Amino acid sequence: MTWRAQTQPSRPAPHGRILRRAVLWVVLLGLVLPILAGSFETLRAAFGLHPGIGATRFGLAPWQSLAALPGFVTALRLTLFTGIGSAVLALLLATGFCALMHGRVSTRQGDHMLTPILAVPHAAIAIGLAFLIAPSGWIARLIAPLAGWTIPPEIASVNDSYGLALLLGLIVKELPFLLLVILAALSQLPVNQQLSAGRALGYGRGIVWIKVIMPQVWPLIRLPVLVVQAYALSVVDMAVILGPSNPPTLAVAVTRWFANPDVQMILPASAGAVLIALLTLAATLLWLLAERVVRAIGLWWLRRGGRGLSMQPGLLLTAGLAAAALALGLLSLLALLIWSVTHRWSFPHPLPESWSWQTWHAASWAEAASYSLLLGCTTTLIATTLAIAWLEAEDRSASPRAGWATALIYLPLLLPQIAFLYGLNLLFLRIGLSGGLVAVIWGHSLFVFPYVMIALSDPWRALDPALIRSAASLGAGPNRRLFAVKLPVLLAPILTAAAIGFAVSIAQYLPTLFLGAGRIATLTTEAVTLSSSADRRIVGTYASLQAALPFAAYALALALPRLIFRNRRALLGGHA
Amino acid sequence: MTLILQALTITPTAGTPLFAPLTLTIRPDTVTTLMGPSGVGKSTLLDAIGGHLAPGFRLSGQILLNGRDVTHLPAESRRIGLMFQDAALFPHLSVGDNLAFALPPSLKGRPARRAAVEDALTRAGLAGFYARDPATLSGGQRARAALMRTLLTRPEALLLDEPFARLDATLRADLRGFTFAHARAQSIPVLLVTHDEADALAANGPVIAL
Repeated sequence: MTWRAQTQPSRPAPHGRILRRAVLWVVLLGLVLPILAGSFETLRAAFGLHPGIGATRFGLAPWQSLAALPGFVTALRLTLFTGIGSAVLALLLATGFCALMHGRVSTRQGDHMLTPILAVPHAAIAIGLAFLIAPSGWIARLIAPLAGWTIPPEIASVNDSYGLALLLGLIVKELPFLLLVILAALSQLPVNQQLSAGRALGYGRGIVWIKVIMPQVWPLIRLPVLVVQAYALSVVDMAVILGPSNPPTLAVAVTRWFANPDVQMILPASAGAVLIALLTLAATLLWLLAERVVRAIGLWWLRRGGRGLSMQPGLLLTAGLAAAALALGLLSLLALLIWSVTHRWSFPHPLPESWSWQTWHAASWAEAASYSLLLGCTTTLIATTLAIAWLEAEDRSASPRAGWATALIYLPLLLPQIAFLYGLNLLFLRIGLSGGLVAVIWGHSLFVFPYVMIALSDPWRALDPALIRSAASLGAGPNRRLFAVKLPVLLAPILTAAAIGFAVSIAQYLPTLFLGAGRIATLTTEAVTLSSSADRRIVGTYASLQAALPFAAYALALALPRLIFRNRRALLGGHA
Repeated sequence: MTLILQALTITPTAGTPLFAPLTLTIRPDTVTTLMGPSGVGKSTLLDAIGGHLAPGFRLSGQILLNGRDVTHLPAESRRIGLMFQDAALFPHLSVGDNLAFALPPSLKGRPARRAAVEDALTRAGLAGFYARDPATLSGGQRARAALMRTLLTRPEALLLDEPFARLDATLRADLRGFTFAHARAQSIPVLLVTHDEADALAANGPVIAL
């Protein structure tokens, strides 16, 4: 494995160990400790221990009141249906789409097409989708002349009690992410040879994908799929915008109970938060179990040697649905933009009757935008610095990443946010951080760091070791190697990782809500709050801005290296 | 100046030594050639001498350079130059800045440093190439720039890891002559790893089979 080759002398230099320890402590104290302590506080409250509100009786009472809360069972059912359903369907669509599109677009093209959609915060996609599919939405306006509608039809196409709109929203949002990880996995496999080999043996294209390619892809995308699953079960912002409101999904209900004026509601709310964590764990186990079952059935099926030429229509169908979901995502963005510059747009006109920059000029968004920008820049800076320090420490101490370290990185993504944010805020209250910028920056960093780390790890390791050895043999010590060789050569992937981190920060809803104690309003929290209001022009403006900031970050991350290295051909070829 | 290997062995953490203990004296003004089939550990040996041994290998024995024991020094303190097959010029720096990277900090003053680089470029037949993007150089030009970059650090020994392997026969001979001449001019010990008999012949020094 030459790509893993390190550039170290036979004895690790002592500064390597110091850096490694420093990074480890920062991650433990800054990242793991808050999550564990927050989870612990929530767990205590779930079993009746919350001295702050006078609850000191340990027992199952919070669980009993949780189960007795109106709408609890429906909320649970909704959560399972939308959470697991969206993850399974999104994976299915992504698989079909990749099977059909592979070889027609390069990984790089795929990256460039998908990353911008990926960058758009969940809330913005949800609001745009609501603008599209609502009874008075754009789609209804477009088909109104054909259907003969003069007033919006009476269909509950958003906030429907089955959670279908939420299911659709989750699929639209998660599909690009899954496509990206599948494409990245495929780029590591000799797909074309295996496709040819399989087809030469008489198997159709679709069946080779299912029998040969996907079993190899799955181990590479298992973790991202589980991240998607955890997210879908605990999502709040999208569920507020698209999901049913009475009763809502469990995560939304729990968030409302936490905010209830009756502080005693905090106890069942905590139990609900723990329940979501348990559901996530159960779903994870279910995926792993399903993996075994599918493997067993798959092997039996594979050994029968059926050529199954008829899979092609199924592939075409899923790929078609995936394309439709992607199109919905893009149209949602367009709908946001159009509404933000609409003056008057009454049903059933297909386009606004008059346009206006009024909501942009009114600039009510300015404060929220500056908070978003401030939080995004600070957390990105912190997370990127920490990620570089971590990777450099790995290089210097000449040891590959241990399994537990990978688990640490994924921990904040696999654990539902709601399971530890309330408890974390309790801790922040105690040390006087709650409601302040520091608390929110800290909270965002918990989620920004893992994404930056994941995005940067592969390009960092793919750096040609000969460059670093050359630098060392030319007398450059570890610091000069880092600052004069590694960082500039890796500028493009570093900026891309930073842009991803920035997008993650902009999209954060719950951490801002809980840790900001309602005092810090970002574009995302404002957009979600406003989403139920009638004025689509204002909501559209907030959501457009929310989508525009990550877009701008990506544009910058693409443009800067091209500008700086415009005369350096080897660095324009693009990085993984 | 002499590079001495004393009872050197390299052992993968899980496995047997790559070769029998190697004792070797590499004198200045000579090019010692190391030959052997692929996978026998020639490149790993060069890595060990240069201080670039990957984790997962253990080194025993001693490496002495001009009487200094460099066995446990980090690569950047050994003063051992290393040349690769693919030149490994830094892609983000111009050709000239690649050379400037290698100049010892003891050479002070911008004009003096610039002059040193221009002079090296001229000797490499690359006069006027200071601002060029290394990616636009031909294979031979890249190799010459890389050699000059290595020599500018005034190394006390030079390791060549099949640096000519990617070049066609004529260019190969040219570059061989160029490299050996410059190494001799600095009168430093040179250890060459190669597959090619012609390389060994041209080196005109001791040949070790690994």
